[in-house]
Amino acid sequence: MTDTTTLESIRNTVESHDVVLFMKGTPLFPQCGFSSLVSRVLQHMGVEYHSVNVLEDMDVREGIKVYSDWPTIPQLYVKGEFIGGCDIVKEMFETGELKALLDDKGIEAA
Amino acid sequence: MPMAADDISRLIREALPDAQVEIEDLAGDGDHYRATVVSPAFAGLSRVKQHQLVYNALGGRMGGELHALALITRAP
Repeated sequence: MTDTTTLESIRNTVESHDVVLFMKGTPLFPQCGFSSLVSRVLQHMGVEYHSVNVLEDMDVREGIKVYSDWPTIPQLYVKGEFIGGCDIVKEMFETGELKALLDDKGIEAA
Repeated sequence: MPMAADDISRLIREALPDAQVEIEDLAGDGDHYRATVVSPAFAGLSRVKQHQLVYNALGGRMGGELHALALITRAP
């Protein structure tokens, strides 16, 4: 069961960085294709982001799913708002919506 | 045990009776599917909310028994 301290620490992480990606592994060493795809999209767009390797902390790995009511990893947050997982980020990137969202939120993106 | 495509489709249609559901087996291994779901219930909802409706229909199997289900959702 996810306790409030975990949820609080997740909230703190999400609210203290413009862009946060909860992923399996790290941008340099992604441990899952879906996580890797999202981190590469952000890298391709030149977006600076804070990454959290959920494999290093089981509480966060489960807690993030409770926090966003979303069952899978990766999870992308922009200015504290949950944007989506791999499918949604990929679809938004392809349609240009991701760039529009980042521009709208004042975040540097190519 | 991965899920069969028909079970995925049935679960989604049970929760969203008016949905059109199309399941593609991406890797032929019964574990990597893409589901395209079109339903009036999605009208006006964000993609996150649309996908959450489908995940709820799958009753917590997403991310567990159902490892990789790519989702495409839209209103008609």
